[in-house]
Amino acid sequence: MSNGIVKIATRESYGNALAELGDEFKDFLVLDADLAGATKTSVFKKKFPERHIDCGIAEANMTGIAAGIATTGTPVFISSFAMFASGRNFEQVRNSIGYPHLNVKIGATHAGITVGEDGATHQCIEDLALMRVIPGMTVIVPSDDTEAKAAVRAALLKEGPVYMRFGRAAVPVINDPANYKFEIGKAVKLKDGKDISIFACGVCVAEALEAAKLLEADGISAEVINVHTIKPLDEETIIASASKTGRVFTVEEHSIIGGLGSAVAECLTSADLPNNTKITRIGVNDEFGQSGKAAELLKFYKLDAQSIYERIKNS
Amino acid sequence: MTDIELKTTAAKVREGIVTAVFSAASGHPGGSLSAADMYTYLFFEEMNIDPKNPRDPKRDRFVLSKGHTSPGYYSALANRGFFPVEDLKTFRKLGSYLQGHPCMNETPGVDMSSGSLGQGLSAATGMALAGKLKGEDYRVYTLLGDGEIQEGQIWEAAMFAGAHKLDNLTVIVDNNDLQIDGRVADVCNIYPIDKKFEAFNFNVINIDGHDFAQIRDAFAKARETKGMPTAIIMKTTKGKGVSFMEDNAGWHGKAPNAEEYEKAIAEIRSAI
Repeated sequence: MSNGIVKIATRESYGNALAELGDEFKDFLVLDADLAGATKTSVFKKKFPERHIDCGIAEANMTGIAAGIATTGTPVFISSFAMFASGRNFEQVRNSIGYPHLNVKIGATHAGITVGEDGATHQCIEDLALMRVIPGMTVIVPSDDTEAKAAVRAALLKEGPVYMRFGRAAVPVINDPANYKFEIGKAVKLKDGKDISIFACGVCVAEALEAAKLLEADGISAEVINVHTIKPLDEETIIASASKTGRVFTVEEHSIIGGLGSAVAECLTSADLPNNTKITRIGVNDEFGQSGKAAELLKFYKLDAQSIYERIKNS
Repeated sequence: MTDIELKTTAAKVREGIVTAVFSAASGHPGGSLSAADMYTYLFFEEMNIDPKNPRDPKRDRFVLSKGHTSPGYYSALANRGFFPVEDLKTFRKLGSYLQGHPCMNETPGVDMSSGSLGQGLSAATGMALAGKLKGEDYRVYTLLGDGEIQEGQIWEAAMFAGAHKLDNLTVIVDNNDLQIDGRVADVCNIYPIDKKFEAFNFNVINIDGHDFAQIRDAFAKARETKGMPTAIIMKTTKGKGVSFMEDNAGWHGKAPNAEEYEKAIAEIRSAI
């Protein structure tokens, strides 16, 4: 997939977007927990050192600090790896940010198995489940550089808590920065199709698009929809596509429990669908990850284009 | 206010605490009563607040880190005029704006939602940091339980506040020596409290939390202290002012029955 296509990690997009937005919006602050170089908030820090606060290796406190700042009317971004931003921090996010509905944006990087060599302890495949269950939380999983930058801007403009999931590994730019319009809660149809619906998010969107091409060659017309917002879910678009095809696949770099697949399944249980409509959730099965290169891991956990194609073809 | 006036007001705050918990048949009287004198001093004497403008950006802030003692917080706010004292009887009831634990979006005068122990100091520290960054001169106060400081996040926040020299932050530890399972030293020893905060670069003041002269003096010293946050460690008696509740962990989270309620109210009123 790297035949001349530009590839950028969405964590890079996050840092760049913060630095760009810093000029336009003078008030927001950015907090990190000793990972500024990795989460890329260092890009913002370089430009606006007085608006970046490194809280040290204390994510729970960082989250509470952000909550306290937000009560004074200043929007705050907090950043760490997804494992810590959502996992270690779950109850701080829930009680100090979610319950009071404070204006804190969580920029969670290094999500999913494509963290790579660090292995299972750092491969967060549970964050979407943890974050979307919090009332009033917006959950966004950008698929590429274009969308990630647009998402950061949209998050800042939206009042209230937002969780954004970014990746460590470089991924192809699939959305045209000149024409792409991002709206929180509005899924994007990337390819029309009539036989099956593929709902994907994050790094799996590009893989799903490639898989759809392979399916097309076999005479299977796949509709590919980028569900970049897990919450609020674009139920209208999802139900419309599922009603048309009657065969649904979800693809995500997350546990098949609680993430995009679960959200889509929950949505479709209450929809009027054709008889025998079937949903297949493709993701990381109920297991932990392991060390390896990002691309190897996508293959191993069968989330690369070829594996997605084979899974759909054989189902 | 004179010390006599503060004592009279504290008695009203205590009456509100017992009434709220009795009406709810639920809640935490012990730690509310131990901090009643502190609540009174904070909301009637120390803090720059206006019941008519509870969200004034220039106001002093308070975070009740030990959020389960909301009856004390609510009673002080009600007596200070933020909402009717009569409404304390709706505490913990369905549909009430006086939730079991403080909710900033429900209750006038509440600056931060709290109650999950260990989190309030971080929020207060964030408020203090924001004040510094914006050049505002408001002050931030937070009340911690002594058992609460067993939570690790308290020390993450203390380290941050000390490192950032947040001299607009005053942390008060209600050292009533009891937590649900017994004496704090027996459950998991927290002592020495003062030396811990000193090690985290705090200005530390030890006082008797039922002596208004000492409370007054401690806050004056906190205001004068530059370049470091202040921790006021106040020795108190859990259940203070209701003799049968005093120094008894059993009254941490238990409501009085009707007979006990009458007895408690009579004792509080007789102290005025």
